[in-house]
Amino acid sequence: MSLRAKAVIAGVGHTAFGAHEGRSTVSLNVEAIRSALADANVEKDAVDALFLKYPTSAFEFTYGQKVAEAVGLQPRIGGVWDQAGAANVGAIMFAVMAIEAGQCEIAVVSFADNPKTGSRGAIAKAIGPDEVFGWFGAAAGYAMIARRHMGQWGTTADQLGAVAVNARTNALANPHAQLRKPLTLDEYRQSRPIVSPLRRDDCCLVSDGGAAVVVMSAERAKALNVPAPVPILGFGQGQTSWNVELRPDLTSTMAKRSAQTAFAMAGLQPKDIDVAQFYDCFTIVPIMTLEDYGFCPAGAGGAFVASEGIGPDGKLPLNTSGGLLAESGMPGMQLVIEGVRQMRGTAATQIPRARTCIVSNQGGIMHTHSTLILGERA
Amino acid sequence: MSDAAPAIPLPVPDALSAPYWAALDAGRHTFQRCRVCNNAWLPPRHECPRCLAADWSWEDASGAARLISWVVYHTAFHPAFKARLPYTVAVVELAEGPRLISNIVDAGDPEALVIDQPLRLTIEREGGVAVPRFRPEPA
Repeated sequence: MSLRAKAVIAGVGHTAFGAHEGRSTVSLNVEAIRSALADANVEKDAVDALFLKYPTSAFEFTYGQKVAEAVGLQPRIGGVWDQAGAANVGAIMFAVMAIEAGQCEIAVVSFADNPKTGSRGAIAKAIGPDEVFGWFGAAAGYAMIARRHMGQWGTTADQLGAVAVNARTNALANPHAQLRKPLTLDEYRQSRPIVSPLRRDDCCLVSDGGAAVVVMSAERAKALNVPAPVPILGFGQGQTSWNVELRPDLTSTMAKRSAQTAFAMAGLQPKDIDVAQFYDCFTIVPIMTLEDYGFCPAGAGGAFVASEGIGPDGKLPLNTSGGLLAESGMPGMQLVIEGVRQMRGTAATQIPRARTCIVSNQGGIMHTHSTLILGERA
Repeated sequence: MSDAAPAIPLPVPDALSAPYWAALDAGRHTFQRCRVCNNAWLPPRHECPRCLAADWSWEDASGAARLISWVVYHTAFHPAFKARLPYTVAVVELAEGPRLISNIVDAGDPEALVIDQPLRLTIEREGGVAVPRFRPEPA
């Protein structure tokens, strides 16, 4: 039994991205949920499931219940889904499966965080028990992977830079983007090293904000006259799980299995995809995602972004809203929302005649991965 | 306000890892080997991550290793490392198989290192604790 197109994203909503001094993550979730429900034209009391990714910067016990209380709901099913940056798409998948299994009918999936004005501890913390060696910070974990990719496949700094330049260029047209400042490849080369080989401009933004989506069956969306439902064609996951130093292979992850599962469910192949929103917490990630997803051979991701084209006119338009590098550093839901805009034909940088969009989420230091394939608005 | 630099965070041995740190203190780098399936690993665990048996022993590493990957810190994410910038952290694979996080020392220009190059163990003292580090092995 395939779940292809059985469920839709009925509504999307988000707060402004940037600094929200004094706002709690609960409050940011509530604003995002209010906005998503309005977009779906759904009454709050029709919602019977609430799934959340916990705020990365500050874990709170029974956080899903705190948000449910703040929106005045007692869901049939819900809670916090812990897969770090893969959790938003992961929770959307779980919502679809729960709906299909008769456990709920209308689910809200939401995320909010405030690392810009609140705690940044999660970004700079020690990576495991190796503090004595100075092994701190998520950037260093991705730098370790990037260095191996460069040594193994000849990937260059300029190819990493092409990912950053694309994100910054696309964000210029996006009124929601937190960083609307153009970047040239030459400016990228001058950007200061953080943890070599990664520079400042290889690293995503730090953002406060919230983002939410409403998920229901396609049938229910039709019955409720939801204005612009976007069908979910496929989804998958892959959990690399092991710490960077223990992985036999640093340059390929379970993203491959995640995509294979999603493509099989959707009955599609990479060549059928019109636009992509890839998790880009660091520039090496979209390059490896292109390879693991089968858009190019292993090792050819760098050449793909630099030569085949990832701009709006390129072979695979990528991160059309600016991604984590320029729209918002929030972990992933904004990529789903941009995918929905592209499938509705309402994106600021709209790809003409785009009928399929693939979205990746991933987290930890490539520990987790999830994939979502969206289809043209019903 | 004190001008003293904050201390480097040191390993906190527990019952499982104490023999690892004690061996380093005695000049030996060790790893665990499964008596059931012969798998070798670090960091210390109660069970073999391959066959799940809880039947293993400590074994001495030869000190030969290779460089899987490395990074050079230009930003200190912990104040104690500010004075050491730039410093190098690496993923190292022992000749016997286990991998670990460590530092590369005496590397000259760390940007000139290459993946898979041979390394050699050097045990150094950090705040009185013996820690395993690696230096490039001359070809």
